[in-house]
Amino acid sequence: MTRQPLFAVQDLRVAFARDGEYFEAVRGIGFHVDHGEVLGIVGESGSGKSVGVLAALGLQAKTARVRGSARFQGRELIGMPRHELRQLRGSRIAMIFQDPLSSLNPVMTVGAQIAETILLHNPAVSKKQAMDRAIALLELVAIPQPDRRVAQFPHEFSGGMRQRVMIAMAVANDPDLLIADEPTTALDVTVQAQIMDVLADLQKRLNLGLILITHDLGVLAGHADRVAVVYSGEVVEEAGVDDLFKRPSHPYTRGLIASIPNMLVEKERLFSIDGAPPPLGKLPGGCAFHPRCPQAQAICSETAPVLETFGDHGVACHFGRSA
Amino acid sequence: MTALSITPIRRPSWLTLPLTIGAVIILFWLVVTVLAPVLSPYDPLEMAGRRLQAPSWAHWLGTDALGRDVLSRTLYGAFHSLPIAVIVVALSVAIGATLGAISGFIGGIIGAAIMRLVDVTLSFPPMLLAMAVAASLGPGLENAAVAMVIVWWPVYARLMRAQVLEVREREHVEAAVASGASDSRVLTKHILPLCWTPVLISATMDLGQVILLAASLSFIGLGATPPTPEWGSMISDGAAQFYSWWVALGPGLAILTIVLGFNFIGDGLHDYFDPKSK
Amino acid sequence: MARYILRRLIAMPFLVLGIVTLAFLLTTVTKGDPLTAIVSDRQMNDPEAVAAAKARWGLDRSLPERYLIYVGNLLSGDLGTSFITRRPVAQDVLFRLPATLELVIAAMLVGTTIGITLGVLAAYFHNTGIDHLARFFALFGSSIPVFWLGLALLYVFSVKWGILPGPGRIDPRADLPAMVTGFMTIDTLLAGKIRLFFDALWHLILPAFVLGWAVAGTISRLVRANMLEVLDREFILTARAKGAGEFRVVVRHALRNTLVPTLTVIGYSFAYLLTGAILTETVFSWPGMGSYAVDAARGLDMPAIIGVTIVGGVVFLLTNLITDIAYVIANPRVRLG
Repeated sequence: MTRQPLFAVQDLRVAFARDGEYFEAVRGIGFHVDHGEVLGIVGESGSGKSVGVLAALGLQAKTARVRGSARFQGRELIGMPRHELRQLRGSRIAMIFQDPLSSLNPVMTVGAQIAETILLHNPAVSKKQAMDRAIALLELVAIPQPDRRVAQFPHEFSGGMRQRVMIAMAVANDPDLLIADEPTTALDVTVQAQIMDVLADLQKRLNLGLILITHDLGVLAGHADRVAVVYSGEVVEEAGVDDLFKRPSHPYTRGLIASIPNMLVEKERLFSIDGAPPPLGKLPGGCAFHPRCPQAQAICSETAPVLETFGDHGVACHFGRSA
Repeated sequence: MTALSITPIRRPSWLTLPLTIGAVIILFWLVVTVLAPVLSPYDPLEMAGRRLQAPSWAHWLGTDALGRDVLSRTLYGAFHSLPIAVIVVALSVAIGATLGAISGFIGGIIGAAIMRLVDVTLSFPPMLLAMAVAASLGPGLENAAVAMVIVWWPVYARLMRAQVLEVREREHVEAAVASGASDSRVLTKHILPLCWTPVLISATMDLGQVILLAASLSFIGLGATPPTPEWGSMISDGAAQFYSWWVALGPGLAILTIVLGFNFIGDGLHDYFDPKSK
Repeated sequence: MARYILRRLIAMPFLVLGIVTLAFLLTTVTKGDPLTAIVSDRQMNDPEAVAAAKARWGLDRSLPERYLIYVGNLLSGDLGTSFITRRPVAQDVLFRLPATLELVIAAMLVGTTIGITLGVLAAYFHNTGIDHLARFFALFGSSIPVFWLGLALLYVFSVKWGILPGPGRIDPRADLPAMVTGFMTIDTLLAGKIRLFFDALWHLILPAFVLGWAVAGTISRLVRANMLEVLDREFILTARAKGAGEFRVVVRHALRNTLVPTLTVIGYSFAYLLTGAILTETVFSWPGMGSYAVDAARGLDMPAIIGVTIVGGVVFLLTNLITDIAYVIANPRVRLG
């Protein structure tokens, strides 16, 4: 590890103020991603996976307190002046969000929104040129009749088409890193695969570093190179995608894998992990997962396990290897 | 569902502050309304010193063109403001709510006729209509009050009608009708009790506006007649003695604080019942 | 949508008729004698004038007949003759309308600017000192009696400090430009009198602020509520993720999405301002419809006060109608009850 990874997060902590007290939603998360690599971050909603990534880019809520390190191409983002961070966002680092309808501005045409991204970072480009590029981008994400669609408003598009628009907007400035936060969750099942294909195709063509945030391990199976499993604001397991599916070492990961809908294996009902993640500020002592863990022992409620790496496979569980 | 939406669930305590401030101000003026004769240093109608004296220890708010103590007149003024506003709003609610309930419950030609009357009355700018009615009835606080009721009742009629129409559709009312309860029983026992809250809240919030309207009418000479210590007409006196600024200061601050008090209460209630717009 | 607009348009004439009817009723209740609503006290001793008035308004006829005559007179533009100015009320009103409009439009600009700015700041700095301050400023504006505020500001800025002019629309010693539009600012420009134009503008500041403050509160409150909602939406995050600056995020993305409700409240405020102008004009000796109405009411000049009330009612009705229709057109998704 002599070379700088494209994007490396270390011991990132995000805390929110409530009634004058701070509660950590992200408790020392760490991961890294390189050019041409796809990192999957998986966890239940509320696990802090989105918050952490957003906070690294300075997009956290105003009440949040962020600590730790997030380096992009060697530059530290935490504590970076706002205007410098702004120059990175939308040009070098792009984002896609869950719900393409609410993520697009309803009173601006799709073209104007894509062009805005271009114009913000390329003052020399004319409005006309930006619009032409917007049309080319719509074509790139396989939207039919792009020269007509460019002048339409978001509500005139279907859900899948809207997400394509978001993707077009994200890659408008040829970024190095793309962060996709639950990019298919709000879409119909049939459309989900198409959108994933568009993303995967662009990722390869543009040699993007891609961070795929999702609650669905199944989405990552065919698309990610490595996966970080996040529970309650911490990475509990990290491994190459094949390794993870073959030898899941954390009980939580095993639970997630068991709950993937699988058409080949008929089950009476889908497996699901009992209980819910602990709410903010109500963390149990010891391992955060122990109240829901089928294998919990006395030690689990007493000491919190740390992430231990065996080869390329890291796990934070007292019984990580033996299990 | 970005985790960004993590926000405090408990409401911060300052939200109740507007209500508290408003209540304290109104309480103060209620006390003044009752105790003005005790609190006032001088008789509000008698000459208490030299004319147009600037504020001093003897006359905290100075004296007016007739040498009357402005502070005493301001304190007595509460008696010609708060009770009038309460009476006007109470009458407006009585008339408006009755007609609105009739219109909503009975409907038909009578109901439609009432609502058209409401529409027409609300088509006027309130102040202008109040002026016209007050002028045709002649000056005097009683006539001004009548004018204000005429302007104000349709507000409650509309509100009450909407409430009745809404409550009428609820299941418990249908159940009562199905079980053979008489119309009047359904209306009084099953519908009306559920309609009052918004009307009363709205009425409380309107008190400030009615005080303002009454003072405005008096200011242009259509409300209280001299020498009544009414705030609006006192400001009118002040306008005539333009260079003696203190003549209008007391009554102006009085109107400002009392209306502000009601608006604080209204704001607080608004927060309480519609937390979304907080 | 078309049906809604049509329904509103059809209702218009009936509402206007309602206004006229109510106004007619006012003339009949006047101190028990309708004659006092047409003939001033001074003319009462003049049998000829009394007889002429009776004939013209059909006072010796029955109530329904009188009503028809009244409506007929109104339809031909006859609102009666003012006791005070001795001119036809319709003529007086038309002559004074531009001054009121000029004041109201200026107040609208002031109120909208302050209101939107405060609303945006309050929402952006939600639950901070700025938010509370903006809220207090708004509440203050809707609590302060305009006639007293006007007097106080005149005293401070004009008498004490002498940095703003006294009452009126223009320096009374000035050589007035020819009346073309009736808007002092425009007429002075048309006459090429730049110095007078600035004088007119100068005279507008205080009354426009006094009148505008009250609506600034209403507008800021609504803008704040809408902005709070919009700032929470995801496309705001998208805009930030694009690298847009905060000003751009707030104005171009958030504020633009609150445009429709904001324009609506501005429309309704216009009607409100017409009312507020009554007292503001009185304090600032502004020769518009408002001070005309107040003079009429003070002098018990019934034809004038009733005439102004009818005109005011119709204008009020029209502005509200235009606002409602504009809202529906701008926002077709709105559900119409």
